[in-house]
Amino acid sequence: MAAVAVERPPSPSSSHASGIGDGTSREGSIPSSTSARSVSSPVFTSLSPDLHLGDWYIDQIDEKIRTLKLSGHVGFDSLPDQLVAKSTQNGFTFNILCIGETGMGKSTLMDTLFNTSFESNPAPHTLPAVKLKSHTYELQESNVRLKLTIVDTVGYGDQINKGDSFTAIVDYIDKQFDDYLQEELKIKRSLSAYHDSRIHACLYFICPTGHGLKSIDLVCMKKLDSKVNVIPVIAKADTISKSELTKFKQRIIQEIKANGIQIYQFPTDDDTMAKVNTEMNNQIPFAVVGSTDFVRVGNKMLRARQYPWGTVQVENESHCDFTKLREMLIRTNMEDMREVTHQRHYELYRKKILETMGFSDVGQDNQPVSFQQTFEQKRVEHREELQRKEDEMRQTFVLRVKEKETELKEVEKELYTKYDTLKREHAEEKKRYEDLKKRLDEEKAEFQKRKHQVATQQLTSHTLTLGKTKKK
Amino acid sequence: MPQAGPGVSPVEGVTYVGIDTLQEQTRLKALRRGYTFNLLVVGRSGLGKSTFVNTLFKATVARRKSGEEEPLPSTTEVKTVSSSLSEGGVRLNLTITDTPGFGDHINNENCWEPIVSYIEAQYGRYLQEEQKVDRLLHIPDTRIHCCVYFIPPTGHSLSSLDVEVLQRLDKIVNVVPVVAKADTLTLEERAAFKERIRADLSDHAIKVYPLQEYEDLDDAPENMKIRERLPFAVVGSTTWHEIHGKKLLGRRSNWGLVEVENKSHNDFAYMRDMLIRTHMQDLIGSTAERHYENFRRARLSTKTTSKVNIVNGQDTDHMEDLNESKI
Repeated sequence: MAAVAVERPPSPSSSHASGIGDGTSREGSIPSSTSARSVSSPVFTSLSPDLHLGDWYIDQIDEKIRTLKLSGHVGFDSLPDQLVAKSTQNGFTFNILCIGETGMGKSTLMDTLFNTSFESNPAPHTLPAVKLKSHTYELQESNVRLKLTIVDTVGYGDQINKGDSFTAIVDYIDKQFDDYLQEELKIKRSLSAYHDSRIHACLYFICPTGHGLKSIDLVCMKKLDSKVNVIPVIAKADTISKSELTKFKQRIIQEIKANGIQIYQFPTDDDTMAKVNTEMNNQIPFAVVGSTDFVRVGNKMLRARQYPWGTVQVENESHCDFTKLREMLIRTNMEDMREVTHQRHYELYRKKILETMGFSDVGQDNQPVSFQQTFEQKRVEHREELQRKEDEMRQTFVLRVKEKETELKEVEKELYTKYDTLKREHAEEKKRYEDLKKRLDEEKAEFQKRKHQVATQQLTSHTLTLGKTKKK
Repeated sequence: MPQAGPGVSPVEGVTYVGIDTLQEQTRLKALRRGYTFNLLVVGRSGLGKSTFVNTLFKATVARRKSGEEEPLPSTTEVKTVSSSLSEGGVRLNLTITDTPGFGDHINNENCWEPIVSYIEAQYGRYLQEEQKVDRLLHIPDTRIHCCVYFIPPTGHSLSSLDVEVLQRLDKIVNVVPVVAKADTLTLEERAAFKERIRADLSDHAIKVYPLQEYEDLDDAPENMKIRERLPFAVVGSTTWHEIHGKKLLGRRSNWGLVEVENKSHNDFAYMRDMLIRTHMQDLIGSTAERHYENFRRARLSTKTTSKVNIVNGQDTDHMEDLNESKI
């Protein structure tokens, strides 16, 4: 139980003489080969100068870690219990993605796996593109709370042209990683309170044709194997007979290996679980049957599918591999899947994204560059770019304005000249009409004079006539 | 029996799903990974810091100054010793950081600065590793999880140096104040001394661990009891004595034997229980979640000056900005 005891006597360490301002002294500078160094610490590179930490960097941590024996019970063996208590308090999160064609029995399998009815409506077959639907549920068993998110692909394999089926899935997975990355990069972040929505396990439902994998299966799994833990399962396994099943499994494994697809392997490095896990690894893909109906078998109500010729019991190991899947997925390796998602898939994604954005750990002269420096540089470049664009826009704007002004001025001039000519014409017309009017007036006046003359002449001639007749 | 949460119909069937094995899985994983704990002891020389730490972990984890003293360093130095302990299958990498030269001079101005910069250097190093593009999976944790501050058993109250240092340390690390060499005080003197120290701490708004504002409701009653006992009056010893056939750790003098593990003699057992058996995980967790995050926030906000972006009138502190511009 106690580790090996090795204690080196303290040597008169020369580092004490190195005086003031020396950050650390190394205890015992003898590189002795007899020491049992149980843990070797990593070597740190020196910190970049911009962190302003003065002389207090420790530029090598190859400190001699001594392994000591305890002379009594200290009590830190309760540390895992403390950790477990803390995690139980916080609750656990698990996210499953189910990929499979419509009608494969994905929702039924989820119901069977978690022994609840998640109340999902069966999807139609007529969707034009693959969509993902996610639901979150809170499950509790004894005092352990689990926040389970189940993501379903709706419409997978229903289109005539299936080339685009997996883009929606890949985008969804990337988006969850991206959300987490954004949260991690925030200045004010709260990682413990953040609801982790990254997909921890992906169940890929294979059609029970009995022949092999379809090409869409291969393409999709290949795209996903570096992003998520892919666990292939054979759906509706009660349609295949035992002998066909073994051949089918072999074919599937062959095809998977031939295409270099990295499906999730249960971890075999821990001694307690190694044997069980290796056995299970050989039985992938699991042939599962799900059922939401209960059938009376003997004197118990079991989950089963009842046919006229017999009953397929879900929890019977000789009928299907459901119990194995449940054992592996939930009872043994849930934590491991979360860890692999975080440590492998997420780190890969993060590295890729940061590299595409131009961040790297090594600058131009092969000097270690800190994240901050690169970020500052990028920000400055980005600002300059924006500034330049703004200037450009301003210039084009000014030019346009000028052009418009000259145009408008010309139009204005034209208008003025038109106005002038019109006015002139108008004046001329007016004069003409006035002339006409004057003449008309003159004629009228003459006419009046003549009329008056004629009137008076008539009177005189009339009297003459009268006088003549009387004298007779 | 699993019950479903909101929006889902309640349970059918009685079969066991197995979610509660998550606890066991977490435990297995924790056992495999091993733990790291970094302890910082601060106090004037001769207060029994190294003996105390050796008593706490029942192994010679700290170097005690032997008869031949080295010359007193003229500024506070920071020295670390790492050891690996194993108990019950649990591996613990323990690092004890000592501060010789603290408070031992005539002019003790700024004697806390090397300590403060050491603590911040550890945070800085963790931050740097965390921000790398190609980073290690398990970033080695050298951050100080707990700082034990030794108060000399004068019997009066906190000295001005104590106040100064505690005011600076409590914001960056979990501080547990401890009255050293408590066997020089009688029980009544101890109680009075603790009262005065507690009054001093609250007068100067020094927040010691366990912090009241961050605790969960479940831990509150336990933490209240711990707070009532603060600061712990401890006696350390690594010599075994035999009394009535039992072997005990203690200090023997002409008038009797002060037993280290006896709860009526001193608070060592309470201190040990709190530090190791109940609160160690919390110490590690709260350093990572609170103090480190505070440091990170402060460090990142000073580096990226928050000027308002002229074009779209937003703060450009955020990475999303770059994401948009990338497209």
